[in-house]
Amino acid sequence: MKNNKKGILYTVPITIWLTAFFLIPMLIVLVYSFLKKGIYGGVELKFTLESFNIFKNPIFLSIVYKTLFISILVTVITIIIAIPTAYFIVRSKYKEKLIYLIIIPFWTNFLIRIYAWMAILGSNGFINMLLKKFGFIDNSIQFLYNTWAVILISVYTSLPFAILPLYATIDKFDFSLMEAARDLGATNKQSFFKIFLPNIKNGIMTASIFTFVPMLGSYIVPKLVGGTNSIFLGNVIARHLTETRNWPMASTISSVLILVTIIILVIGLIKQERGELNG
Amino acid sequence: MDKRRTSLFFFLFSMIFFYLPLIVLVIYSFNDSKAMVWQNFSLRWYKELFLYSNELWRAFRYSVFIALISSSISTIIGTLGAIGLHWHNFKFKKYLKIIVFLPLIVPEIIMGVSLLILFVTVKLQLGLMSIIIVHTTVNIPFVLFIVLSRLAEIDYSLVEASYDLGATEFQTLKKIILPLLIPAIISGFLIAFTLSFDDFVATFFVAGPGSTTLPLRIYSMIRIGVSPVINALSVLFIGFAIVLTLSTTKLQKYFIH
Repeated sequence: MKNNKKGILYTVPITIWLTAFFLIPMLIVLVYSFLKKGIYGGVELKFTLESFNIFKNPIFLSIVYKTLFISILVTVITIIIAIPTAYFIVRSKYKEKLIYLIIIPFWTNFLIRIYAWMAILGSNGFINMLLKKFGFIDNSIQFLYNTWAVILISVYTSLPFAILPLYATIDKFDFSLMEAARDLGATNKQSFFKIFLPNIKNGIMTASIFTFVPMLGSYIVPKLVGGTNSIFLGNVIARHLTETRNWPMASTISSVLILVTIIILVIGLIKQERGELNG
Repeated sequence: MDKRRTSLFFFLFSMIFFYLPLIVLVIYSFNDSKAMVWQNFSLRWYKELFLYSNELWRAFRYSVFIALISSSISTIIGTLGAIGLHWHNFKFKKYLKIIVFLPLIVPEIIMGVSLLILFVTVKLQLGLMSIIIVHTTVNIPFVLFIVLSRLAEIDYSLVEASYDLGATEFQTLKKIILPLLIPAIISGFLIAFTLSFDDFVATFFVAGPGSTTLPLRIYSMIRIGVSPVINALSVLFIGFAIVLTLSTTKLQKYFIH
């Protein structure tokens, strides 16, 4: 490790850039959430807690709960699918080739992947076509524009983000530990829950954060396939920003979202550091 | 044994889940009909895509331009930042490490919203410039972490040897550090390029009228109604994703050996 004064020069560009275009914008959002809404959009330089009243609004609160609930649900489903998938890839002889099968959809445009599901689930979509062809139904069923479509497609788009960190962690796991556990009389189930899962805890944590946090800010999936009943926090922020032009309100909700994200991150970091110390 | 079968089941499930939608798009891109009902094999939508979709291609060129600039800037800033964070000690290092990690985790909509509010506050006109700034900010941490993980593998004694032999800071950077980092810099650049090329949410907020990137264009096409031209376009995207995935492995192998 070198310790000269010039070293700091390397970090000057990144410090300036992130201060100007990340920290300061966040601070402005924070400040705006305490200001009064301007008559023609924008803000007036007057301190008020007006926009925090939205946390007393039952409709808004139900959106908060719904966003939280669906984000947790999607994270759980994603992790449950991702762990055995990543496990299979690591244990396979062809693991290096198989991981590319996960990376390809990861590289494919996000909107195109959502669109693909619309082409499958839509009222003129692939599934309806099959059902009609085999005579199960006469009239199309609309599978889109409900919460289930949001959950399904969110799991789809999150899955690579969960599989990749889990793959990295499971790849480092020493499988002889599980054999040892079984030699000592543990059942398959016991060795899985008591040896395997605790050892890949960090991977599960990373995968959960990478699924859960973007879900909290989810905007495009609910907008495209959610219908009127599946509005997320992200959609509320966007509406206040672009339609009702209530910037303090958009800022307040954004600030709370930033705060929640930072809390999750800090908890994750602390847990990971502790895990490393114990392990 | 049953664990293998369970994990195989989930693996196959994931694969079908991943690839069924993509396969459906590929098949229907060759369908003559406008609807999902199969009529005849036809290259009609490809013809339409290549010959009569000027706006789409304008958006494509715009996106490529933005991606090139923003990924270049973020590669330079991210690489320098990684070198500084890895090999040098200074007062604010601990805080800087947290700050560079944050943009990776903050929901994208927040990046878009906060930068829009900043741009409007400082009266920067929305368009090319604002999009490039957003993309660069989103991309910097990705480049940084790829380069950092490569730096962890590099033997610092090489750098020390260079100094011992009388090289200046800049010479060492140019002749020792950067060549060693090339694979990471290339993957960082590629990831930044793809992220920028794909970005929708943050771009959506700061694009302003008249600046349509390819994802914004695709979005409006999806909203207006499903057009089979998107199927043909998707096939190009999927093909590009496959080539990119395979070529980066080739690149990495080439540089490792």
